[in-house]
Amino acid sequence: MDLIWNGIATAFTLVFGGDAEVWAITWLSLKISGFATIISLLLGMPLGILLAMSRFPGRALAVALVNTGMGLPPVVVGLFVSIFLWRSGPLGFLDLIYTPAAIVIAQVVIALPIVAGLTLTSFQTLNPNLGLQLAGIGASKAQTLWLLCKEARLPLLAAVMAGFGGIISEVGASMMVGGNIRGQTRVLTTATVLETARGNFDLAIALSLILLALSFAINFILTHIQQRQLTRWPKPS
Amino acid sequence: MAEALLTLADIVVRHGQTTVLDVPRLEIFHGETLAIIGPNGAGKSTLLRVMGLLQPPRGGAIHFRGERANGPNTLVMRRRMASVLQEPLLLNASVYANAALGLKIRRLDRAEIRRRVLPWLERLGIAHLAERRARTLSGGELQRTSLARALALDPELLLLDEPFSSLDPSTRESLLADLRDILRQTAVTAVFVTHDRHEAFMLGTRIGVLSGGKLLQLGAGAEVFTRPVDEKVAEIVGAEAGIRGVVEACRGGFTLIRFEGGAAEAIGDFSPGTPVVLCLRPEDIRLSRESGACETTCNRLAVTVVKIIPSTPHYRLILDSRAGPLSALVPRAAFESLGVREGDALSASFDTAALHVITPAKR
Repeated sequence: MDLIWNGIATAFTLVFGGDAEVWAITWLSLKISGFATIISLLLGMPLGILLAMSRFPGRALAVALVNTGMGLPPVVVGLFVSIFLWRSGPLGFLDLIYTPAAIVIAQVVIALPIVAGLTLTSFQTLNPNLGLQLAGIGASKAQTLWLLCKEARLPLLAAVMAGFGGIISEVGASMMVGGNIRGQTRVLTTATVLETARGNFDLAIALSLILLALSFAINFILTHIQQRQLTRWPKPS
Repeated sequence: MAEALLTLADIVVRHGQTTVLDVPRLEIFHGETLAIIGPNGAGKSTLLRVMGLLQPPRGGAIHFRGERANGPNTLVMRRRMASVLQEPLLLNASVYANAALGLKIRRLDRAEIRRRVLPWLERLGIAHLAERRARTLSGGELQRTSLARALALDPELLLLDEPFSSLDPSTRESLLADLRDILRQTAVTAVFVTHDRHEAFMLGTRIGVLSGGKLLQLGAGAEVFTRPVDEKVAEIVGAEAGIRGVVEACRGGFTLIRFEGGAAEAIGDFSPGTPVVLCLRPEDIRLSRESGACETTCNRLAVTVVKIIPSTPHYRLILDSRAGPLSALVPRAAFESLGVREGDALSASFDTAALHVITPAKR
């Protein structure tokens, strides 16, 4: 038990004492994961909406692929992104392996199907005629899309949370494509793995606590937005 | 007639190989309420979507106030109309926010939106629900909100797609009466699509009969209901076509028709020898226990009661005669005084004016 208490105590000292390295790792994690979340939302939401609202040959296959992608193991993603970005790989000329950009790419690949799949189901919960009715009272295509997104905001925010959750907690891919290089590609998850392996449990605990706090803070904000205007369930009489 | 507000020309809509709508010409005139009646799958909703510029037709042209809808201008035109679809599709927001949505889409300022929405909430009896969330409303309240949303737009053309089909009868009646008053008072041009004769007759200043994607008849309500052009229309508007006969003579606008077991006089010009079908609305048939053969034209025939279907406020009697099947609607009091039972032989009579003659459909 002492190990845990000492760890927590050290963690607080590190966090609130302003340990430069810990804060640098945290900031890098936030930047990488934030960037990856935004890109996966920008790509995944339109993809999900497109899959929900259009009918084309091969759509069922595309939906099945997206659903499979929702459970993609990060190490598999790490492996393939590594191969692609490897100096001798197809995208080797970009010189991205072991850079933060490589981690962003891998995290986007992990989160994109999650966002797309949950966006797809969000839109499928809407009445298919709602868009037509909105057009029938004068909404333009863009207004219709915006109103539909607003109407599906509860499940859509769940998609955002799930996408962010998949990214911030992921370690395998970051390790493989980022290389866990100190000061360059070391993020909260990879640093935790390293410090645990070294037996520096106090530092590992500190890093995990920061990770948890970050994850909680962001999900708390999103949940607050999501649950702001919730219809009360009727009480059984 | 006045200038048409909306004109459809050579409209064709296909789903795959099936033609779901084929309307060579249809004009909607200022201030009228055109009720389109037809069975399920007749193409009514498709027609309404085409009119509302929500579904581009495969072929043909739509003119709104003389201007052809052509893609780039459809949004502007669409914003001068309002469509109310079958289900009351509201957003998960308050009644007021829903009713104000169309105006918000048009980027009107808050005060103006309020000024235009509140009177309609009042007029439709939902002002007290303004702050309630749409999800907590009853079916009738939802549909009233949906109507308020469309009416607040002050549209030049209001398009209504069976808005009352999912409501219970009493809610439907009260909403129908309100809508009728609103349409008459505001003189808004409207197209109302329904499968219900009663709704069509109650709201329509003109009635169109649609079946299999084709407009079979278009005319004033009373005309369509009493003078269907063929058996199909007769069936849709409820003027039952049953008695088959042959024209025996025709003079001075009156036609004498001979059928098995009797003869009848009807209004119309047909050449002698023409096979015809007689249409009679079930409510225009009088039943009695008088018997005796009819030597001359007496608009009467002997019938047998096949089946009695109790209903309110009438009893429906399924009858059979030597000339063909018939059905009659008999008021409860008359039914009880006659003491009818299944299998009884009765005499059915009708007025010349109630009889409508059509030529049989080609089979």
